[in-house]
Amino acid sequence: MDATQLNRLRWRCRRGMLENDLILARYLEAKGTQMSETDVAALDRLLDLADNDLWDLLSGRTEAADAGLQPLLQSLRRA
Amino acid sequence: MQEAPKVVYELEHFGMPFDRNADGTIYQRPFGGHTANFGEKPVQRACAAADRTGHALLHTLYQRNVRARTQFFVEWMALDLVRDAAGDVLGVVALEMETGEVMILQAKATLFATGGAGRIFAASTNAFINTGDGLGMAARAGIPLQDMEFWQFHPTGVAGAGVLITEGVRGEGGILLNCNGERFMERYAPNAKDLASRDVVSRSMDQEIKEGRGCGPEKDHVLLKLDHLGPDVILKRLPSIREIALKFANVDCIKEPIPVVPTIHYQMGGIPTNVHGQVVAPKGDDWKAVVEGLYAVGECACVSVHGANRLGTNSLLDIVVFGRAAGDFIVAQGLKGRAHKPLPADAGDVARARLARLDGATTGESVPDVGNALRKTMQAHCGVFRNQELLSSGVARVMEIEERVRRTAIKDKSRTFNTARVEALELDNLIETAKATVVSAEARRESRGAQARSDYPDRDDPNFMKHTLWYREGNRLTYKPVNMKPLSVDAFPPKARTY
Repeated sequence: MDATQLNRLRWRCRRGMLENDLILARYLEAKGTQMSETDVAALDRLLDLADNDLWDLLSGRTEAADAGLQPLLQSLRRA
Repeated sequence: MQEAPKVVYELEHFGMPFDRNADGTIYQRPFGGHTANFGEKPVQRACAAADRTGHALLHTLYQRNVRARTQFFVEWMALDLVRDAAGDVLGVVALEMETGEVMILQAKATLFATGGAGRIFAASTNAFINTGDGLGMAARAGIPLQDMEFWQFHPTGVAGAGVLITEGVRGEGGILLNCNGERFMERYAPNAKDLASRDVVSRSMDQEIKEGRGCGPEKDHVLLKLDHLGPDVILKRLPSIREIALKFANVDCIKEPIPVVPTIHYQMGGIPTNVHGQVVAPKGDDWKAVVEGLYAVGECACVSVHGANRLGTNSLLDIVVFGRAAGDFIVAQGLKGRAHKPLPADAGDVARARLARLDGATTGESVPDVGNALRKTMQAHCGVFRNQELLSSGVARVMEIEERVRRTAIKDKSRTFNTARVEALELDNLIETAKATVVSAEARRESRGAQARSDYPDRDDPNFMKHTLWYREGNRLTYKPVNMKPLSVDAFPPKARTY
């Protein structure tokens, strides 16, 4: 992933809820440009969710119906 | 007050899933400070959609916007207002994130619903985007900010992260402890103890920390203990709290207490408006003169329904009642039949100068460093308890930080989705809000609502029952009278709160 792509994700990770901001910022900080194409696509799908639904997934209150999101969710939950 | 029940019914008709009673009517729950006859007895007044009322509200209104085919400019950031020589607002200058292009969005009506500036404090429950962008834009355009000294603290934010731990934890039996393991709220509020109101608990915690009874190596927080409730209660009734403690405090609250600090939650002040959401600013003798073309609603606005401190649930009520009132008022103006006023020759100059400085600066301090210095200063000098010495030196330090804000530099000069540039532009808004807050607080030598001064512990109505107005130009203050003629009820004088 190049710097422009990372900047686009950084912009999308600016949310309306502090809990999500903190986890997403930690994740981007740790992974940065090393994210795979699959991770980027999965993160884009997660970022389409409303804040409360995203936080439910990040905090483990709910599980994603889409199995393809699981690997990314696991790393986000560890972030 | 007259409009609130109507708005709730309207939202219900839009499909908002309010909790219901068995007979199908909307359920209303008790909430801190909700009383009848000025504190005589508690009443059940709060309408809610489970524990996600704000979320349900947002979703419901978003669907209405889809139906109305509203066009959203999602990947844009507003930078500055366009104001002509007559003082009328003619739109905003905005930056498109994808291209980096700057454009003027010309408008017959511009409405700010830009939220508060909770990120001026180090401990904040607010999301990163709450940088007071509307307040900064208004201040740079010469519009005063009102009552900015009044900020509500929530007592239990996770130390270091700010994330809110709901009052429900103390409702379920959680207690606050100092470094001696003492349940100190028994001393400050013998009856209500840990369930005293937000400001009382926040001040008590602050006093414990200031007097050296804080916990941890820096003695900078207190502990919220809930392990005695047992795993069953915690897992069943407070599951999200356990997740929050694990993720943001790195403790398992089933076994260990959570480190907490009083945390900024809500800004009572803002851009002064009237009941139609129209922005007002003094002009000659008229202190209610309308700024034509500009409206503000919600946390960024100060229509002053919250006075000097806000009751729980009233933030949502504020935005739905006055958001609706402003919308109705704008529609009634018949703007479609009116031509745009010509743009002034200098339209967009302020915003372009800000961007040009950032593009041109090759050396300078980093934006996060200056932002952190500002947040630390505001927390230390303008926090829960204030006094003259702290505030005077706070004003001086914030003014020094303003000089540093003008000399920041960003390494990334790219045009596409440049969040470093966005954060630098946001810092311009944070500094305006911080100046307004600390200067207004320094001058209000009394305690009222959310402003608690240890050197002036009492309310001083003869000298200070007035609204503060802060102007960026000259960093000066003026005051305006409090409206003592409510629309629909008899006026009542302020009185001391007792428990």
